[in-house]
Amino acid sequence: MPAIVQFIVQRLAAALLTLVGAILLLFVIIQFVPGDLASILLGPRATPELRAQFAERMGLDRSIPEQIFLFFRRAVSGDLGTDVVTGRDILSIILDVLPNTLQLAGAGLLISLAFGIALGCIAALKPGSLIDTVLGVASVAFITTPAFVVAIFLLLIFSLKLHWLPVTGAGAPGDPLDRLSHLILPATALSIGWIGYLARLVRASLLEVLSEQHVRMMRAYGVPEGRIVRHFALRLALVPMVAVMGIGVGDMISNAVFVEIIFARPGIGTLIYNAILNRNFPIVQAGILFTVLTYVTCNLLVDVINALLDPRIARSLNKPA
Amino acid sequence: MDVYLPILRDIWRSPTGRIGLVLVILILLFAILGPVFSVAPNKIAVQDRFQGPSLQHLLGTDNLGRDLFSRTAQGTRAALAISLIVVALSLLIGAIIGVAAGMAGGWIDRGVIVLFDIISAYPAVILAMGLIALYGVGFTNLLLVVTLLFIPQFGRMARAQTLSLRHQPFIDAERVLGLPMAKLVWRHFLPNVLGPLIVLASMNVPVVITIEAGLSFIGLGVQPPQASLGSLIRDGYVFLNQSWWPTIGSAITLALATLGSTLFGEALRDAADPKLRGRHK
Repeated sequence: MPAIVQFIVQRLAAALLTLVGAILLLFVIIQFVPGDLASILLGPRATPELRAQFAERMGLDRSIPEQIFLFFRRAVSGDLGTDVVTGRDILSIILDVLPNTLQLAGAGLLISLAFGIALGCIAALKPGSLIDTVLGVASVAFITTPAFVVAIFLLLIFSLKLHWLPVTGAGAPGDPLDRLSHLILPATALSIGWIGYLARLVRASLLEVLSEQHVRMMRAYGVPEGRIVRHFALRLALVPMVAVMGIGVGDMISNAVFVEIIFARPGIGTLIYNAILNRNFPIVQAGILFTVLTYVTCNLLVDVINALLDPRIARSLNKPA
Repeated sequence: MDVYLPILRDIWRSPTGRIGLVLVILILLFAILGPVFSVAPNKIAVQDRFQGPSLQHLLGTDNLGRDLFSRTAQGTRAALAISLIVVALSLLIGAIIGVAAGMAGGWIDRGVIVLFDIISAYPAVILAMGLIALYGVGFTNLLLVVTLLFIPQFGRMARAQTLSLRHQPFIDAERVLGLPMAKLVWRHFLPNVLGPLIVLASMNVPVVITIEAGLSFIGLGVQPPQASLGSLIRDGYVFLNQSWWPTIGSAITLALATLGSTLFGEALRDAADPKLRGRHK
């Protein structure tokens, strides 16, 4: 079997194992909550009939292994139950808002990649120059300012003061322009930290690649510097960047909670947050499950892309360290 | 002390490290001395609400007329206390678990690694939100939950360090000479593991500050009337139409605290790296 296929199979198995473990952890977390599970999880709005129905559904009167089995079977089959408040199917509630969060995180990722790579290249081409220093300071400032602070100030300046962009919501469904205008500020808030982070990373790895033998060789042969960077160096310098994007996705999902709350954008973050405020735990639990699923899947994708870019990663897996 | 002085000197010699150190000291002073020089942070004086900065209220007042200088100092104190406690706890627990896993090997080691992977499979803030929502808001729960988020990082590093130490000649020598396992761990493993962990801890201080502020911002962190940088920003955000001051003072303090501790942490990392030692001469 080619190393890359073996690598993908192994990573897939590991991702599945992690998911199973994560669901198990969620079960344990819920089990250890002190008090009567049905009344805690369903909250004050639940009627006694609903509570009895819930206890039946969760198998609260059965043994722990049976409960774990039931929990898994429902999680895998996507049967997340019915919302106590609206009476709607929880899965469909989640699938309604999930695209909003994915668009937000995706747009944030794109913005941070575009600006991060560009700024990193500019800094690396003139190391030690004024612009390099300025970009270095700006990068640290970008990294250290929390996303929700950035979000508030973007909202203050561009929506409330200048009235350039809409304040809240995700835009009218089916109107791409409206949705895009609602996406710009939240996605920018989400990406600021990663622009700084990627700019520093790209600068460092580009400088390293540019000092290597084969690049010096090309320079000696008179290959123009721009061509060296664009065609050879940048491609190598981007590999370490892909590796950290896995963490980046998790960070984006985490910060999306704050950004969605500030911009009152429907999404998985606002869904979980509002469910917490209303003490509606079936929704909290389902929302958490979906964020974990998204995060683990993205990490898997990042690992596979990384292995495709750098065949040494797949090969090293099969060798003892 | 001989070991720490060159590190401090290296931090001071790097331009960004110097900025970081100065910022960290300023923030510390603000947190410690701020409350001494200001009026009671929870004193309500509604007639004085939404004032801009003045000699009496250096950072203005909030929607209840409370002095924002005192409240921001109180919030900074909370942020620093929480981040230091969380980082120290997760370092300690992570070191114990990591060293134990590395020494034990086999299925214990694998089990610990899988457990760490599972915790890290949750986006940090989401897991924290879920846990706090289920187990209740409060200072202790906040500390425990955020500590849990950071244990895997320290544990993984402690384990990796332990594994690389295990087969070093001086360890073998001690073992052959009959040093008991407990003494071996205490005398050789912990001191050698601790260095990188402390660097990691200092890099994590700003991350914890950010997470605490974020959780307090959405009402799941520090509870009122105790002020936190996150809840101050939140309160300011709610009344943005009346006044910008409540948001600006606390947001800038938060940004300076994370900026200072990040710069300091990075300088410490570079200074502790023997390969980079003595770079700033």
